[in-house]
Amino acid sequence: MTDLLEKGTSLWIDAWHRLRRNWMAVASGILVLFLAVAPYGFDAIDPARIGQMPSWRHWFGTDILGRDLLTRVLFGLRISLAVGVTATAVSLVIGVGWGGIAGLLGGKVDYIMMRFVDILYSLPYMFFVIILMTIFGRNIVLLFFALGAVQWLTMSRIVRGQVLSLKHKEFVEAARAVGLRRRTILVRHLLPNTLGPVIIYMTLTIPRIILEEAFLSFLGLGVQPPMASLGSLTSDGAQSMEIYPWLIIFPSVVLATLLFAINYLGDGLRDALDPRIRKE
Amino acid sequence: MAPLLDLRDLKVYFPVSRGVIFRRHVGIVRAVDGVSFAIAPGETLGLVGESGCGKSTVARAILRLVSPTAGEILWDGEDLARAPAAVMRRRRRDLQMIFQDPYASLNPRMTVGDIVAEPLKTFRLAQGKALKEEVQRLMHLVGLNPRYIRRYPHEFSGGQRQRIGIARALALRPRLIVADEPVSALDVSIQAQILNLLMDLRQQFGLTYLFISHDLAVVRHVSNRIAVMYLGKIMEIAEADEIMAQPLHPYTQVLLSAVPIPDPVAERERRRIVAKGDLPSPLNPPAGCPFHTRCPFVMPHCKTTEPPLKEYNAAHLVACHLMELPREQLPSAYVDVRVTPAHV
Repeated sequence: MTDLLEKGTSLWIDAWHRLRRNWMAVASGILVLFLAVAPYGFDAIDPARIGQMPSWRHWFGTDILGRDLLTRVLFGLRISLAVGVTATAVSLVIGVGWGGIAGLLGGKVDYIMMRFVDILYSLPYMFFVIILMTIFGRNIVLLFFALGAVQWLTMSRIVRGQVLSLKHKEFVEAARAVGLRRRTILVRHLLPNTLGPVIIYMTLTIPRIILEEAFLSFLGLGVQPPMASLGSLTSDGAQSMEIYPWLIIFPSVVLATLLFAINYLGDGLRDALDPRIRKE
Repeated sequence: MAPLLDLRDLKVYFPVSRGVIFRRHVGIVRAVDGVSFAIAPGETLGLVGESGCGKSTVARAILRLVSPTAGEILWDGEDLARAPAAVMRRRRRDLQMIFQDPYASLNPRMTVGDIVAEPLKTFRLAQGKALKEEVQRLMHLVGLNPRYIRRYPHEFSGGQRQRIGIARALALRPRLIVADEPVSALDVSIQAQILNLLMDLRQQFGLTYLFISHDLAVVRHVSNRIAVMYLGKIMEIAEADEIMAQPLHPYTQVLLSAVPIPDPVAERERRRIVAKGDLPSPLNPPAGCPFHTRCPFVMPHCKTTEPPLKEYNAAHLVACHLMELPREQLPSAYVDVRVTPAHV
């Protein structure tokens, strides 16, 4: 019987096959991975080579303490990526859960849950993160969670809107007619159909969080020296850009490339996860 | 024979309100307002009426997809209208539904196999290999190639998608299938295929259908009896042949006279009775007979007194004051139609 069947696979394996055909997304994915390996120690100081121009030995030049900028950029990138991805994951879990439940239950529960979101919206979230960071100390893991915890609001609104529009579709009624419980309907029928907008929003959230981390680093609340993130490197570079222009050019070019790659990867993922985009 | 499904004075009202915390009731939509009918085992009851008359709400209330406001839904003598959720979940095995829109009724992110398997998994009727074989058997049954089990709904045409919906409804081997406009979204050529499939399945499994449509030609093709609904109420109910030959209610006559005849000569001769104006809002239904605002034969007391649904001929129920009049007092246009069953 089985050999008579068309070859078939799960949504995720299917998605992987489709993703592989999208070369821009693959190139972006490889770039994102590649950017996460590095040659020198991130805090290795070479006192003989302070503030050097880019050369064969130090491709991106060295900073005012004589540290290899390429290494620091690559290390910074890892931190930035880690912050971006972790915080986005945190916002994804909270946002999808909150929005999904609000949309599914509707009525008063939805009203109360969404007013709570509105109240959080009205708080200056950076202020909120700064308070968190000063109370709980400058812990980098905490930074991940704090940024994620203020980023879930829009995600929950998007998911709620999607669930509200989907829950009266006939395929959801069909699931109810079969006697599925609401929880199962949410997980099996509603949330998978919100994937498109959710992934798009995720790829917008990662860059935003990276930029916010840069801002926090600028205020001295983010990543602490001698560690580096793309944000802190850029803000350091900005202070001495008249004398050492490469100190701002390289980190910002890498930051821009990273954000660009993440957006392409996200586009590719969204298309790959949509079975309606035909496999040829 | 004891009816399989017996609706008694079913009412489904939707409150219209504004605001969430300070709720203000703006009004009530009486989508279904006192509907009673029974379906015998093996019978197909056609339910016709124009858009917005509440026929889909009746279907959704029977499956408890909306909660009935009042009345009883007797299933084998047990009232489903007030059955606890757990009891209702078990009963769902016997009652299934085919939906109108073959595009909206299938989850675009699930394969056909998963869609058809879902009812079986929910009731834990089969697992693993047996589950797959059962799904393939069902696909074969509704005329789909079982090889396509891994395909997604978008890879099928409208008619094939409706077959998937039928396979899903059949999976639990239900006794009653509520078909809510199952062919109205399909091309005419495909409609015939799906109708024939439904009738084959009825014969094969002894199914009972509640068949909802706005298309009289389709309903009379499949139904044993036909009920005509208007503004949440039953206007007329009778055997299909009887209602086609002897439509007693003016609304039924209006509906029948709107059906074109596939014979140019007869079509030119066809007399049309036309209802005036539009369907009134169910938010603010007319007093008296709900049809009086549009009825070509309206009488003064139609505007104040609602006619009861009463039996006139054998098993032929009509809700119309005209039935009380002696024959010679009937409006001439009305008698005309009654005497000439015309094209049917």
